[in-house]
Amino acid sequence: MTNTETFEPVRYAVTVPLSADKAFALFTDGYGSWWPGHHIGTVEMAEAVLEPREGGRYYERGTDGSECEWGKVLACDPPHRIVVAWQITAQAGAWAYDPDITHASEFEVTFSEQPDGQTRVELEHRNIGRHGSGAAGIHQGVSNPGGWPGILDNYAKVAAG
Amino acid sequence: METYGSAGIAALGDQTRRAIFESLARQPKSVGEIAAELPVSRPAVSQHLRVLKEAGLVTDHADGTRRIYQIRHQGVQAIHGYLDQMWGQAMTAFQAAAERTARSEQATASQPSTGDTRQEES
Repeated sequence: MTNTETFEPVRYAVTVPLSADKAFALFTDGYGSWWPGHHIGTVEMAEAVLEPREGGRYYERGTDGSECEWGKVLACDPPHRIVVAWQITAQAGAWAYDPDITHASEFEVTFSEQPDGQTRVELEHRNIGRHGSGAAGIHQGVSNPGGWPGILDNYAKVAAG
Repeated sequence: METYGSAGIAALGDQTRRAIFESLARQPKSVGEIAAELPVSRPAVSQHLRVLKEAGLVTDHADGTRRIYQIRHQGVQAIHGYLDQMWGQAMTAFQAAAERTARSEQATASQPSTGDTRQEES
């Protein structure tokens, strides 16, 4: 039911100077300390949370205390891997949480400690085609000059930070 | 995000249109083939396809007397581009945070810093 031909997985890898234990903890418990700040809630985001356990929540908390779901932890094997359902889609022109898990893509992060004590962290975001017409909304969001360019400016600032 | 104006946008949440889009993502099809697969009449399928086509998400071509509809690659690639950019930024930020963590631990332990990290993209 997934069209893997239409959407190649997105893959990134970084090597960090931490043990696998510490790299995993930073990625999960420390999620809010490094996530660049992208969010979908209607208020400013206070923190982003990724709970490192199967069935754990993946969500943002707004500055007013409100919470907005992003997805759910599908598998968790500390400190080796975590698989998370990405349930953010774009419907009717708005970025939003889609509770239907069959419409979710997923990302998997693996942590491989190297002989030198550093850890290679590999990320794969796959099954993007499951978003279906959500992909359509994201296309519109991306192509709208009043929408993403402003957000991408913030991306650049964070990266340069 | 207030400048969405196209009439097509409001229809993107339509369940039937989503089903048609997902069906075409699996395989290009004619109107008749879509109507045979989904509980939707041929005229309704045609109407939905027209909306998807206007939104730049599907394209069609003649195959003899039939018209075959398929996903428009450029349209759906946008989501990939978005996720690619987002994760590129996020992983770079994660690496920077890991290096800060390592430096603070090394400072505590009074050990020399190696500072040797690499980022790879595929």
